[in-house]
Amino acid sequence: MIQLLRIELYKIFKRPRTYISFGIVTAITFVIQLAMLSDGNSFVNFALQGVNEQFDIRGNILNGYLITYIILQSLLIHIPLLVALVAGDSLAGEANSGTLRLLLTKPISRLKLVMAKFISSFIYTVLLIMWLAGVALVLSLVLFGKGDMINLKSDAFVMILQDDIMWRYGAAFLFAVLAMTTIAALSILLSAFADNAIGPVISTMGVVVVLTIMSNLELPIFNVIKPYLFTTHIIGWKGFFDDPVPYAAITRSVVVLVLYTVGFLGTTVLYFNKKDIKS
Amino acid sequence: MKPILEVNALTKSFKTFKAVDNLSFTIQHGEVYGFLGQNGAGKSTTMRMLLGLIFPDSGTISINGYEFNNGRRHLLKSIGAIIERPDMYGYLSGWDNLKIFATLSDSKITKDRLYEVLEIVGLKGREKDKFKAYSQGMKQRLGIAIAMAHNPDLLILDEPTNGLDPQGIAEIRALIVSLSRDHGKTILVSSHLLHEVEQMATSMLIIHKGKKVSDGRLSDLMNPDETLIEVNIRPNNDLAQLLSGSVWGQLTVSQTEEQIVLKMNPKIVPELNRWLVDNRIDVLSISSRHSFEAYFLNITNDTTTANRAI
Repeated sequence: MIQLLRIELYKIFKRPRTYISFGIVTAITFVIQLAMLSDGNSFVNFALQGVNEQFDIRGNILNGYLITYIILQSLLIHIPLLVALVAGDSLAGEANSGTLRLLLTKPISRLKLVMAKFISSFIYTVLLIMWLAGVALVLSLVLFGKGDMINLKSDAFVMILQDDIMWRYGAAFLFAVLAMTTIAALSILLSAFADNAIGPVISTMGVVVVLTIMSNLELPIFNVIKPYLFTTHIIGWKGFFDDPVPYAAITRSVVVLVLYTVGFLGTTVLYFNKKDIKS
Repeated sequence: MKPILEVNALTKSFKTFKAVDNLSFTIQHGEVYGFLGQNGAGKSTTMRMLLGLIFPDSGTISINGYEFNNGRRHLLKSIGAIIERPDMYGYLSGWDNLKIFATLSDSKITKDRLYEVLEIVGLKGREKDKFKAYSQGMKQRLGIAIAMAHNPDLLILDEPTNGLDPQGIAEIRALIVSLSRDHGKTILVSSHLLHEVEQMATSMLIIHKGKKVSDGRLSDLMNPDETLIEVNIRPNNDLAQLLSGSVWGQLTVSQTEEQIVLKMNPKIVPELNRWLVDNRIDVLSISSRHSFEAYFLNITNDTTTANRAI
């Protein structure tokens, strides 16, 4: 299993397109940081125009923590696509390129192959989130400095003291890893059904987009199923920037995401174990 | 000694299409076993079932006496295979591909062994090149290197000369013969090209529409009376008249002023030669070849298959 995992990681990180995801994360982060450097104060004044009438807010409002929060809100919509690019390619890409049949003529079990694909996708996801944390948080703090963070919500705003922020980011990134691992498991499941690489990537995004719309639409018919959709829970990281932190809701989200991940993975193993390799 | 591979009543359908129908055959150690059939006859499906890529609906596969389903992983250690094209990771070097797939077969495989197989297939010195930069022939040879790296008893090669130029075909053919003769490998090699298999195999299995239609040693499959005898002569205007008035005319398949082709038993070639000399026809050369193509077409002909299926 270790051998298989090492080989899977070697293949992922030897492939040039793997680094496109890291490049995209870096580019989007830089663009937002540059925009905030040039016009950030206008953005903050606009965002706080209602609040400023009632409160006198002083200090470094446009700080690295706020910029990171803005970057996370923008990027965590796109990260599923970047995760799907690798995880969705894991089985279907091998089938499409014909290497799957060569792999499976070797004395390895299909269960171990799926697990190696999943763990390597998980490691890739962790590295991508760590990269995002590094580029967004570290660079934003360098460029914009520290300060108390204002979290503007639709019906309230939360002020978080700067000494109370870093653990929240740590927890938020950990939660993001779990959420993206669920996306990776979904991609691998769709990858097991397909024999071409692009299908699972598009299908994953299709599922995420449709379910996200259902999670966000305030219609009674969707309200019944919303708590059971994983897309309702992948934004649970935002809870760490509330005061008080809604631990019960976050725990519920973690349980739902873990169950979905196990479900996707179990279905993949069951299906792939009986699949005829005709590609 | 138990056969290295024993297949019994193997059957596989895809929806309503029966790809392999009650197929049984046995391969003995050291054989080069040709697996012949037209495109779509069921060769690749059979080979995929032998390797556990496709699951049979019914039937059994035994390797060295052990049933495949009871020890797939263990038994795959004694098999090396190329199925259809030898597709690998184009962005990796030949060496990386060889190491990855060889390690999956045997984690204790040594660097020396990898260089040894590269030497055997004639790729030593080119192992650092990217796989995508390899020619089709080099890809096939790397595929064979991967198949034999862990020193398996049985090599399963599905259409190994597909897509190769004539020189590449000759190289791969020579390699396969050498693997059997010099390295003692048992080889199951499939092709839809009769001429190819005929030149490599010691035994032959022919399938048609998923069913076995013929099986046995090549020499036993051939009817000696069906041998084609080709006689090259100095141009002779009287040839047609001479032939028509003799017993040899009935055996003649084709004739020109310079060549006669007869279908006959090679044992009576001396009599033919004597008759030609007696009739003042100058013989330049006499050669024989089995009419394997005629044999193959005959047994895979739809109208006769039902009667000949074993």
